[in-house]
Amino acid sequence: MSDVVIKVEDLYKQYRLGLVSTGTLAHDINRWWHKVRGKDDPYQLVTGENNRAVKNDSEYVWALQNINFEVRQGEVLGIIGKNGAGKSTLLKILSKVTGPTKGDIKVKGRIASLLEVGTGFHPELTGRENIFLNGAILGMTKFEIKSKFDEIVGFSGVEKYIDTPVKRYSSGMYVRLAFAVAAHLEPEILIVDEVLAVGDAEFQKKCLGKMKDVSGQGRTVLFVSHNMQAMSSLCSRIIYMQNGTLAQNGSVNDMIKKYFDDTIALNAGKPIREYIRDAKHYGQEVRIETLACTDQAYWRDNVKIKFSATRVNKNISEIEFGFGINDSSGLRICTYESDRSFTFQNSDEVELEIALTEPKFVPGKYFINIGVRSLNRTLDHIEFGASFEVLDIDVNGTHFGFTLGSSISGYIDTRAEVVQTVSNKKSERNL
Amino acid sequence: MSDKQVWTEIISPQRGLFDVRLSELWRYRDLIALFVKRDFVSIYKQTILGPLWLFIQPLFTTLTFFFVFNKIANIPTDGVHPVLFYLSGITLWTYFSDCFIKTSNTFVGNASIFGKVYFPRLTTPISVIISNIIKLGIQTMLFLVVLCFLVITEGVEVKINATILILPYLVFLMAILGLGLGIIFSSLTTKYRDLSFLLQFGVQLLMYATPIIYPLSYTHGKMRLLLSFNPLTSIIETFRYSFFSIGQFDVWGLAYTTVFSVVTLGMGVLVFNKVEKSFMDTV
Repeated sequence: MSDVVIKVEDLYKQYRLGLVSTGTLAHDINRWWHKVRGKDDPYQLVTGENNRAVKNDSEYVWALQNINFEVRQGEVLGIIGKNGAGKSTLLKILSKVTGPTKGDIKVKGRIASLLEVGTGFHPELTGRENIFLNGAILGMTKFEIKSKFDEIVGFSGVEKYIDTPVKRYSSGMYVRLAFAVAAHLEPEILIVDEVLAVGDAEFQKKCLGKMKDVSGQGRTVLFVSHNMQAMSSLCSRIIYMQNGTLAQNGSVNDMIKKYFDDTIALNAGKPIREYIRDAKHYGQEVRIETLACTDQAYWRDNVKIKFSATRVNKNISEIEFGFGINDSSGLRICTYESDRSFTFQNSDEVELEIALTEPKFVPGKYFINIGVRSLNRTLDHIEFGASFEVLDIDVNGTHFGFTLGSSISGYIDTRAEVVQTVSNKKSERNL
Repeated sequence: MSDKQVWTEIISPQRGLFDVRLSELWRYRDLIALFVKRDFVSIYKQTILGPLWLFIQPLFTTLTFFFVFNKIANIPTDGVHPVLFYLSGITLWTYFSDCFIKTSNTFVGNASIFGKVYFPRLTTPISVIISNIIKLGIQTMLFLVVLCFLVITEGVEVKINATILILPYLVFLMAILGLGLGIIFSSLTTKYRDLSFLLQFGVQLLMYATPIIYPLSYTHGKMRLLLSFNPLTSIIETFRYSFFSIGQFDVWGLAYTTVFSVVTLGMGVLVFNKVEKSFMDTV
């Protein structure tokens, strides 16, 4: 077993909600008064989980609660969770940008954090000057930067503009240069937050490759992203955060799958926005109230759709539901319709969860349309009410397509295996 | 895995009051140098006159003072040529007020960088001080050029004496005083922004409570006593004394200034160090 390089113990972080400026003096005085009398901080008593959707009376909120975990040397630890789960707060504390409220973190080795690319870039300075400035901000010495300067410029691919002020750069060039500097840091522990969301596909691939190299050299990487594909190809272990607590900690696939499954619960319950109802009279007799589906799914993995509807006009019967799936260009892929005898039975409300089992969607983004009909009359219809994304890897990390890593798109997903190769000539595929 | 293993760092809610980590600051000396360079390179980009502005600012202020305070208000300059009198005062005052005001903006002005990456926060105010020392050096040249010019053209009498040797010490004193005050204010403004407004006109008012536009000898009684509490008084007076042997060289005044500055800086570093950890949540 390799060494533990980061040990997080009972970590808590509290933030104040609302306007920080008003009443700070009063709170400070009150806090000081409690301290003088040897009592606890009166504003730390607030408990309860941090759920941003639910309004809380308290002015203070726990962004992180009771976080405990360890990271071993050479591990690539992914941190996932919905927005506001506390991922970035955790990274901020780890990178010493802000301190914890309670608990501590023990670290072995030099940490470099990349919470943003191009921190400290000065628009008036040239690319060359900014490489030095940014490198130094990230903790490199002048000597280190000098020795890697050519490598950095090469990686960024902006040689031609290196003596031009960065304010003249395109945003892509800016990001390339910035990431190039960061990629050549050589800390024992690297913390990366969502920075891969920028740059074009080719550059993203380059960045991922670089991060793989870094972890291959025995360095430890902590990585936050919403890009599950990057997560599953890079990470050796994943921490799943929910509402400021560590929900689970486990193997990459289990955690990502759980995250996908949970996204439907997150999206369900949100009322449908009026503008996506495509005719005014829809929803007057039977009304679709909510519609949600899994955000992302592995290739060939189940997709769940959940919706609820209310019967406004009680005399309507023989109701049938239907939903269809369109691809991102608007082309209908498939349509499903329920039995005509389907009714609300005794209730006026219905909630259904449908699982598309072993779907054969090629990787890409899909939209769900849903409708209600009775006796060939459309009662309600929602277009593009929810969407999901199919990744180009399956649960086991196998890529879609007939050779690993190649990207294939289209409409039909069928197995393609190489059954025979003919030397020099053409290869035959079982299509 | 054992608990015996050596941690290189422990991130905890509170840092000891005196846990200042100056060694860490030393490790980041390259960053300080680069910040200084950035300040100089970036400030005059896309200007036509460029660094000439370093000369234009004090010269025009001197001329203004010359007409307003000398010609119109008839405030004496202790026998020193008025242009040299004001120029010396302005050069030193600009240096001090820049050190103070610019460092007082450390946390608020750099929040976007500080919020994304950790490096010892003290690097920023220190780099500001160094930039200002360089700027002062350049402006002192201007003072010397004007001095020579007036000696040649108008036969102005210059009596340089041994106190000129402590000029670097005066510069150093002003630096640590400006830095100390600046970082104290910078720490407090993270929570109470009112202070930055107070500071802006406070520094302006402080100039009138310092013998910049009038000599110390022009004041009497209570006014003079009040001025002697201003740690800058003895610095300005000593500077002029060293060039013209006019005015006052007060060893006790300088000793007071030294103690005042060192204590201010010490307090500043402690407060700064404490705020550094949590300011991102309040700024």
